[in-house]
Amino acid sequence: MARFIIRRLLQMVGVVFILSLLLFFWLRSLPGGTVSAILGERATPETRAALTKALGLDQPVWVQYAKFLGRALRGDFGASTKVLPGADALDIFFSRFPATIELSFFSLAIAVVLAIPLGYVSARRANGVLDSGLVIASLVGVAVPVFFLAFLLKYQLAVEHNVFPVSGRQDSLGCTRVTNFFVLDGLLTREFDCSVSALKHLVLPSIALATIPFAVIYRITRASVIEVLGEDYVRTAESKGLTARVIRGRHVLRNALLPVVTTIGLQTGGLLAGAVLTETVFNFGGIGSALADAFRNRDYAVLQVLILAAAVIYVVINLLVDIAYAVIDPRVRTR
Amino acid sequence: MSPTNPMNRRKDRIDDLAATAGGTDTLVREAGTVDEKPGVSLIASAWKRLRRNPVFLLGAVITLLFVVLALFSPFIAPNDPAAAPLIDQVRQQTNPIPGPQPGFPLGGDNAGRDFLSRLLVGSQQTLIVGVFATVFGLAGGMSLGILAGAFGGWVDALVMRIVDVLLSIPSLLLAFSIAALASRPSQLTVIIAVAAVQVPIFARLLRGSMLAQRHSDHVLAARALGVSERAVVFRHMLPNSLGPLIVQSTLVLATSIIDAAALSFLGLGNPDDRRPEWGAMLGSAQQFIYDNPHLAVYPALCIIVVALGFTLMGESLREALDPKSRR
Repeated sequence: MARFIIRRLLQMVGVVFILSLLLFFWLRSLPGGTVSAILGERATPETRAALTKALGLDQPVWVQYAKFLGRALRGDFGASTKVLPGADALDIFFSRFPATIELSFFSLAIAVVLAIPLGYVSARRANGVLDSGLVIASLVGVAVPVFFLAFLLKYQLAVEHNVFPVSGRQDSLGCTRVTNFFVLDGLLTREFDCSVSALKHLVLPSIALATIPFAVIYRITRASVIEVLGEDYVRTAESKGLTARVIRGRHVLRNALLPVVTTIGLQTGGLLAGAVLTETVFNFGGIGSALADAFRNRDYAVLQVLILAAAVIYVVINLLVDIAYAVIDPRVRTR
Repeated sequence: MSPTNPMNRRKDRIDDLAATAGGTDTLVREAGTVDEKPGVSLIASAWKRLRRNPVFLLGAVITLLFVVLALFSPFIAPNDPAAAPLIDQVRQQTNPIPGPQPGFPLGGDNAGRDFLSRLLVGSQQTLIVGVFATVFGLAGGMSLGILAGAFGGWVDALVMRIVDVLLSIPSLLLAFSIAALASRPSQLTVIIAVAAVQVPIFARLLRGSMLAQRHSDHVLAARALGVSERAVVFRHMLPNSLGPLIVQSTLVLATSIIDAAALSFLGLGNPDDRRPEWGAMLGSAQQFIYDNPHLAVYPALCIIVVALGFTLMGESLREALDPKSRR
């Protein structure tokens, strides 16, 4: 197990290194770069040259990369040029990170808590009314653009009917900040109204972000349970007269959930991309909206940090999924 | 699901799909021995089941209607989608969107153009985005996949490392990054950004199913008969790998239209709106959404219906081509 984890960690370092290389050369090789983005189109050639020099953009690309890598290994990814001019790019990531984690966590929780039981029930009554309805709903769910759904929810439940707040992460209640996970902070400092407010702000963006993972996890659960229900060991368990609960827990779900765990891991990558859209609609102030700003303004330092971080998070989650896999499935452990 | 190698799951899932190609050829052979016919082609046997599948038929009807609309919309549309007959009704401060009126059943947009005509003609550019994104993604992915699958060895290792790195970025994020890098955004940059996301997926899919065939009987037989390496790859391995690629392409048609809409929403889409496109219409409607939600709702509904059509077709194709579901 330890060897397996170490090997995967080394692989991860390799992927991230190649990605940083690709990203760096690619970003630098494009026209209309940082200088135009900072100064605008009408800057004089002199000011442009001065800024190019100040940013070190006049040196050969590979020299720039070596410098970038050296600094990056020390945790210095350069300063933001446009999103928050002058701010450290890595600091932007860390200050925005808790918001996105909170949002992703709740979305994934909603998706998993709904999708697995519904997928199981659906499979048990395959081709019934509920099953057909849910399958159609899951197909429609994938076809709806995420940001449109977010708008629809915001328009109906926040603007027209004042059920949930329109935007932001929390009402201004003067809450104490500990971890910047607002729900957790409220619990830690016993300012429960802060937690409640943060939760209310989370409802709509979480639902919008949860639709696609819900649809995907639901369909995998359904297909996988249908497959397992046809297995001989389930029939054996039934004919042995085991209780329905034991069969469901020990024979069906334990086996059927293997591919589901994989899918949940895969969906986390999609959550990050979806967060770019959802956070923009709800003005949520996480990594997603920072990315959207960085895209619009071509803020290379911020883009680099955020894309690399997204890749690292994605790879780490995949590693965790593989470890979870080994825990659920004893056959993997023996290798 | 095999618990074999606990490596990256996204790759495994793509490879699982790829494996369906290898499986089909044995099944076709089985069907041939049972029926004592010379053999039923993959497409013929899939078509036999698809013809009676209501899900597939619904998807096919939606797709057909969409294509017909795209072809004939300029003749159906009551007005020129680029002309602005209602421009004198647009009041920047008080009423930016002209309402419905005789001759303009859905009213106008913020530039005084006929909204219904734009919606109808929008099908054209939407189809173009979907088809070209899929074709570009397929072409890129197939070239890489053939390189890796046909040569093997270090070529395979190199190509697949690049593919793995691309797969390590969440897909939509990759599309955003590429679109953000375009110095002059246009319809073409949108298509390229959306297509690039599909390249590693197609590459892995094709390489997987070609590798699965490298040591299969029909390839060995061809080699033993002295068929040239090029013919083995293009005449024997490639045609047998097409099943999963077709399925994936149908699904990509849907995702690329949706992704293009997301790009427009983030301001990374095609800024030239003389030729309407549903995704761009939906993306740009956000600033008027509170007072005029219909500007967003109609293009969104069109996208949802068309994406659903492609998805229904793709999913039922996948089922029809999957050896596990053939009984």
